[in-house]
Amino acid sequence: MSDAPAASAAASPASAAVASAAVEVVGVDKIFTGKKKATVTALENIDLTVAPGEFVSLIGPSGCGKSTLLRLIADLDAPTAGTVTVFGKTARQARIDQEYGIAFQQAGLLPWRTVSGNIELPLELHGVAGAARKARSAELLALVGLSDFAESYPDQLSGGMQQRVAIARSLAESPRLLLMDEPFGALDEMTRERMQTELVRITAETGAAVVFVTHSIPEAVYLSNRVVVMSPRPGRIRDILTVSLGSAAERTEQLRENEAFFENVSRVRELLHGEAPVGIRGVETR
Amino acid sequence: MTAAPGSSTRARPPRPKDAPRGNAAVKRVAFGVGGVLLLVALWELYKAVGPAEGVVVGDLTILPRTTDLAMPHVWDMITRLFGETGSGRNAVPVWSAVLEASAFTLGVAAVGWVVGVVVGMLLAVLMQRFRTAESAVLPWIILSQTVPLIAIAPLVRRWGSQLEFGDFTWENWMSVAVIASYLAFFPVSIGALRGLNSPDAIHVELFRSYGVGWWKTLFKLRLPASVPYLLPALRLAAANAVIGTVVAEVSIGLRGGIGRMIIEYAQQASGDPAKTWAPIFGAIAVGLVAAGFIALLGVLLRRYRRGEVPA
Repeated sequence: MSDAPAASAAASPASAAVASAAVEVVGVDKIFTGKKKATVTALENIDLTVAPGEFVSLIGPSGCGKSTLLRLIADLDAPTAGTVTVFGKTARQARIDQEYGIAFQQAGLLPWRTVSGNIELPLELHGVAGAARKARSAELLALVGLSDFAESYPDQLSGGMQQRVAIARSLAESPRLLLMDEPFGALDEMTRERMQTELVRITAETGAAVVFVTHSIPEAVYLSNRVVVMSPRPGRIRDILTVSLGSAAERTEQLRENEAFFENVSRVRELLHGEAPVGIRGVETR
Repeated sequence: MTAAPGSSTRARPPRPKDAPRGNAAVKRVAFGVGGVLLLVALWELYKAVGPAEGVVVGDLTILPRTTDLAMPHVWDMITRLFGETGSGRNAVPVWSAVLEASAFTLGVAAVGWVVGVVVGMLLAVLMQRFRTAESAVLPWIILSQTVPLIAIAPLVRRWGSQLEFGDFTWENWMSVAVIASYLAFFPVSIGALRGLNSPDAIHVELFRSYGVGWWKTLFKLRLPASVPYLLPALRLAAANAVIGTVVAEVSIGLRGGIGRMIIEYAQQASGDPAKTWAPIFGAIAVGLVAAGFIALLGVLLRRYRRGEVPA
């Protein structure tokens, strides 16, 4: 299993995979059993389908189970009931076949490896030859704009740069699915907005589907094709909002000043709070 | 950094490491030398002003006697190093005899250290792998250190002498090395276990997401991450191995090392008090060489000692 080639997208049986959704979650419950058999229902009756190449954000207050849902898709946890399918395979098989790349809130770089060493880590673990690894990491460093820092160590980088390295690492094996758990959560607002613009560009270039956990409404609206709004205790999907703000090329910095953008932000806020929008910037009443 | 298309964050160039450290190194050496000189000064000061019979309260001596027999001058100790071991034909300078004994002890201690490190690492890996092994083995590891050395020395010697395969015969120095390793493995197993368990959950999950097994995770994640915990443990193990060797040489009765020399010279203390100190200096030298070796190891492994600045 560990011998899977790096370019797994090309190697996998495309005929079967193309037809299936990137992620299919059907009737999933997740119940955590704590001490003294106290149970917490983290997720209840979740249904979600993510199409190939689609960008889907999960948004909701703390404790709504959005990170748990991501972990179920990544097979870092198992659902209590229901099924999770990734490209037509079980979540476990998809993990073993390296169908997804993952990035967390912390960059999680290995401090004893250089930047390029960190990006090459998944390739190295899966037995990709040295020259191919070098070429791939150089390519990814250019993609995230860190070519000058290939031989630096993580402790020499700022938080935003570390996060970009982590994103490059998640892209190393050209996955068709990216799982991101609040990857920009620890960054300052300005860095954050630049990273969002870069992420839009990167996903457009790679064509990967993305499941993106966030608690920032503008971030979800700016990045996504669809925003999944979740509510807590028990974690449920309250509504799914389709955001149509155009292709990646059209989503520039100006979009953040756009009427349609604000309108969508208000709609997500309304869904989150379950009440009428607190009108900002003269959003037209509907 | 101007070339980077979205150079969103301050593009700090890699900072020059170790640049302002030269001064600090000189300072550290100065402090070290100063500490030794201070100790010498205190010794000589007390010898000069302290009462010859020591300070006695009731029947209890709280401060030692200051006679030349009890507290020889530091310069006497040093001059004695350059004198002969005895008056016979086989007499050699004391320093050369001490050096030879130190080398012997260092060799045995090194064997004990290596065996101890290997055993300690294996135990730690076993305990990391199986939770049940940890609960089963860890109490015994801790208990093992409460057994006095003098109790196990004769046992090890007897068991060893019963070992026999082919041309191999158990020798006394092996018993000493085994006892040294018995002291050395303990800090290694505890330190390595902590180190192997030190990777963040996020790193462990990352490796899980890569679908790699326990062995690869061990070699690519857990072992490198354990280095900062391992180095202090290895240093403790080295000190323990030296102490274990010296003590075991005495209890097993192994000739040729520092341990035996300390006893021999102490027996001549009434006539030659300064000579007693020669093998003690030898023991200190052995300890310093062992500590220096670990420091060198730390330099070789410095890549694994970088801390990640949290995002």
